[in-house]
Amino acid sequence: MHLLLFTSLVFAGSLAAGLLGALTGLGGGVVLVPLLTLCFHVDIRYAIGASLVSVIATSSGAAAAYVREGFSSVRIGMFLEIATTIGAVFGAFLASRVPIHALAIVFGVVLLYSAWLSWQQTRHPATPQSTANPWSDRLRMSGSYPDGSGGRCAYTVDRVPAGFATMFGAGTLSGLLGIGSGAVKVLAMDRVMRIPFKVSTTTSNFMIGVTAAASAGIYLQRGYIDPGLAFPVMLGVLGGSLLGARYLVRARVSLLRNIFTLVILALGVEMIVNGWMGRS
Amino acid sequence: MTVKNTNSAAHVAHPTPQPGAHFDDRRMETIMGRLLQAGVLLASAVVLIGGGLYLKAHAGTPVNYRTFSVEAANLRYPTRLLASLKTGDPAAIVQLGILLLIATPVARVVFAVIGFAIERDRLYVAVSLIVLAVLTFSLLH
Repeated sequence: MHLLLFTSLVFAGSLAAGLLGALTGLGGGVVLVPLLTLCFHVDIRYAIGASLVSVIATSSGAAAAYVREGFSSVRIGMFLEIATTIGAVFGAFLASRVPIHALAIVFGVVLLYSAWLSWQQTRHPATPQSTANPWSDRLRMSGSYPDGSGGRCAYTVDRVPAGFATMFGAGTLSGLLGIGSGAVKVLAMDRVMRIPFKVSTTTSNFMIGVTAAASAGIYLQRGYIDPGLAFPVMLGVLGGSLLGARYLVRARVSLLRNIFTLVILALGVEMIVNGWMGRS
Repeated sequence: MTVKNTNSAAHVAHPTPQPGAHFDDRRMETIMGRLLQAGVLLASAVVLIGGGLYLKAHAGTPVNYRTFSVEAANLRYPTRLLASLKTGDPAAIVQLGILLLIATPVARVVFAVIGFAIERDRLYVAVSLIVLAVLTFSLLH
């Protein structure tokens, strides 16, 4: 395939991945690596490098819109970024030591897990009210968010060590696979630390960029980030996600989410099978 | 509402209003959001220019990303990137854009250090500095 055609196709695929990622809230990175490796036969290391770059772009590009809503907490984010950045550095080191077939299998498992989380989220139960935890105030992480009728709703955080550990895991996955691992970050805040869902998702978006930047430097020096591949991927995913954010309210999200979940499920199975057979 | 009251009470306590007198977490996050947006716009513009030139230079060449080969060292290290930029290498321009993109979240953490310092929150100045240290380690390792 010649460069012009290849670049155009990769750009179109990335645009679609970014659009679907934004519409469903699952992020574009998680389908991008399977798309590049399975459809375009790109080596998984180049795919991971390009994906990571696009993750930084979408996270930072959406930041201003998220701030306007007033849900994100800069303190919770910054504190947990200690765990995610250290995890990301660890993951990036692991990435060069793990055989690429194993990398494909791990990626497949993460895809299956994302599909399961996505399926669950449609039946998301209300976050249980957290009990008073002394660490919440001690670490100045208690806060409040707009309740939609002019007032503010106060919240505290719970189970800080468990949340911190889960965040380390999220960072490791991000550095290992070049994804934002937003789903695991939201899980750590929403389910483990019992932070309100909206606060968790918006704060997670901020953390994704910083986490990805921590492994990007290592990827760059290892030569995982190829300019010829990274540029259509970055611009495509960014364009798609900004477009998706704009039409978020109008789209039929539940149907889209179901389709996207099935796509992720299928890609996950294929990644595992290919990795297992040594074809990735 | 109670949050606002305690904040303004704290500011009244300062004898002379500082430039950052109305600086709080909300304000910090708003500035961070703009900072990130500006960084992404700048990086995207550079990548777009570099990418366009790259396509123009290599449009007809066949691509092969099937096998991994570590690319030229001068694209992998920021110091050597400068030399390639001087010759107008399109791949180097794209790589510069990507470096700008990576620098964007790092700039956000640097700003957090400053922001928490203005708020006189020593705990979070320390927290932000730890994050910055990890980022610096990974970029310079």
